[in-house]
Amino acid sequence: MRTYLSFFRMRFLNGLQYRVAAVSGLVTQFFWGIMFIFICEAFYKSGGTPSTIAWNDLVTFIWLQQAFLALIMLYDWDFELFEMVTKGNISYEMCRPVDIYKLWYVKLFSKRLARATLRFSPIIIIASILPMQYRISLPQSPSSFMLFLVSLTLGLILLVAISMLIYISIFKTMSPVGSMAFFGLMGEFFGGMTIPIPLMPLWLQKVCYALPFRWCADLPLRVYSGNIPINEALTGVLVQLGWIVLLVGFGSFAMKKCIRLALVQGG
Amino acid sequence: MIELKSICKTFKVARRNAGLNEAVKALFHKEYEYIKALDNVSFHINEGEMVGYIGPNGAGKSSTIKVMSGILNPDSGECVINGKIPWKDRISHVRDIGVVFGQRSQLWWDVPVIDSFMLLKEIYKIEEKAYQENFNELVSLLNIETIIRTPTRQLSLGQRMRCEIAASLLHNPKILFLDEPTIGLDAVSKIAVRDFITRINRERKTTVILTTHDMQDIEALTKRIILIGKGQILLDGDLNSLKKKYTGQKTITVEYSGGDIDLCDGLIVVEEQQGRAVVAVDADLISVSDAIAQISKTPGVTDISISSISAEEMVVSLYKEHNI
Repeated sequence: MRTYLSFFRMRFLNGLQYRVAAVSGLVTQFFWGIMFIFICEAFYKSGGTPSTIAWNDLVTFIWLQQAFLALIMLYDWDFELFEMVTKGNISYEMCRPVDIYKLWYVKLFSKRLARATLRFSPIIIIASILPMQYRISLPQSPSSFMLFLVSLTLGLILLVAISMLIYISIFKTMSPVGSMAFFGLMGEFFGGMTIPIPLMPLWLQKVCYALPFRWCADLPLRVYSGNIPINEALTGVLVQLGWIVLLVGFGSFAMKKCIRLALVQGG
Repeated sequence: MIELKSICKTFKVARRNAGLNEAVKALFHKEYEYIKALDNVSFHINEGEMVGYIGPNGAGKSSTIKVMSGILNPDSGECVINGKIPWKDRISHVRDIGVVFGQRSQLWWDVPVIDSFMLLKEIYKIEEKAYQENFNELVSLLNIETIIRTPTRQLSLGQRMRCEIAASLLHNPKILFLDEPTIGLDAVSKIAVRDFITRINRERKTTVILTTHDMQDIEALTKRIILIGKGQILLDGDLNSLKKKYTGQKTITVEYSGGDIDLCDGLIVVEEQQGRAVVAVDADLISVSDAIAQISKTPGVTDISISSISAEEMVVSLYKEHNI
C-alpha cells in the first residue's frame, strides 16, 4: 500500500507543476461552457422548456461538467503508458515487485486528481459570479451535496477502471488510436457529455443507463442539482459499486493474462 | 543459484516483400515465420560469479536475460533462480534482482534522478537507514553527487548510465543483470562503469550476468563466458583457457614499401592493404623468430610488429568456427 501511495504522491505533485497547461485548460473549459450554455439557451427559447430538466439545473450541470472534466471525461489519455507498451519500456515495470494493474491504476487516478485539483475551483468561482441566468446554483440540499461527492468519487474510480481496459487493449492491438477514438466517443456520448441525458429520447436514455459511462459523469452532476432525487441517487451508487467490482475484476484478470503473454522484442 | 534447463522460446514474426501488391495480399493472408529465439538453453551459475554472456545480434542474449528476470514466459524448460521460477513468482523474484537494459531507461524522464531513487526506495520498501548507507556508497563510487539533482532528460548518456546502474542496485539485489551496460559510452565512462561493477561483485558478492558486444568489457570483467548463437549455447567456459587456445596463433603486421612478402609454410596473409599486411603465424609449423626472419627478407620492410590475439579477434574466430 505504501508503495502505491508514494506513486500517488509523486504523480500528483508532478501533475501540479504544469501551470501553463492548467491555465489554457481553464480558458478552454470556461469558453466551452459558455458556448454550450448559449446553444442550450437557443433551444430552450425556441422550442419551449423540456420537462425533464429545469434551466438552472442544466446550467449547473454544464458548469460542473467543465469544472470536473478531468474526473469524468474518458478521453484524458496518458501517453506515457501507451508508449510503455508499444516501445517496450514495460520491461522495467515488470522488473519491479509491484502489481502492474494496481500501479497503472494509481498512476491514472492521481493524474486525473491532480488535473482536477488545479482547475475546478477557478471555474466554480467564475461561474458563481456570472449574471443570474448563467450562474451555477448551490446544491439542492446538504444530503444531495454529500451524495454528489460520494458519487463523483465512485465515478472517478469507475472511470479509471474503464480506461484501464483501453490501456490493456494496447497489448493486443499495439496502437492506441482505434481504442482511443472508439471508447473516447462512446464515453463522451453515452456519458451524457455531448447531449445531457435528460434531453435525449427515452429509448436512448435506456441505452445510456445500461452502459457504464453514464454512471461516471451524468449521475454525480445531476445528483448535485437535485435533478436526480436522493433515493434514485442511492440506487445509482449501488450500480456504480457493481460496475466497479465487475470492471476492476475483469481488468486485473486481463492484465495478468497480457503480462504473461507479452513479448518484449529487440534490445 | 541460477539454473536453466532446456529453455525454449519461439517468436512469431510477420514477413512480407516490399510493394503495394504484397501489402494488399498481406491484408487477407499474413505469412508468419517462426523463429527459435532460444533453443534448449541450459546453464548453471553460482552465487558471486561474474559471467559474460556473448553472441552476435539476435542470438538470444536479451531473450535469456528477459526469461531470467521474469519478463518473458518461455515455451518450455525450467528456470529456477534462488529457488523461484521467475515468471511464476514474478513479484517475489524481482525483489532479489537488479536489471539494467542499456537501451532503455528506468529513470523518470522529467524529474531529478534523486526523485526516481526515492520512488525506488518506496517500491522496494527499503529501510531508511539501509537506504541512506547504500545510497551514499553508490553515489560516491559512481561519482554522481551533483548530477542526481538534474532531471534525467538533461543528462548525457554516460551520466545517465551511471545513474541507471545506481538505481538498479539501491535495493541491494543478489543478482544483477546488465544488458549492454556500456553501449554508446565514451572510454572514461566505460572504465568507470567497469571498475564499479568489479567492485560490487567483489565486495557485495553480487552475482553479475553481463551481455555486451564490447570485448574489452568481457576481458576486464569476467572469468567465465557463455557463447550463444542462433538460440543455442555453443560454448561455456573459462575466458583464460579459451584465450590460451587461440593465442597459439600470433599475428605479425608488416609495413613495407612495395613488392610481395616472402612467405613460407605456416605463414598466411589474413589482411592485405597497400604497403601493409597482417600475417598469421601457425606456431606448430614455424617459430615466431623464424617467421620474423622470413618476413624480414621482404624488400623495403619499414616496420614489423607482433601481437597475440585480442578478445575481439578471438570472438570473431569463435563466431566463424561455430558458423554464427
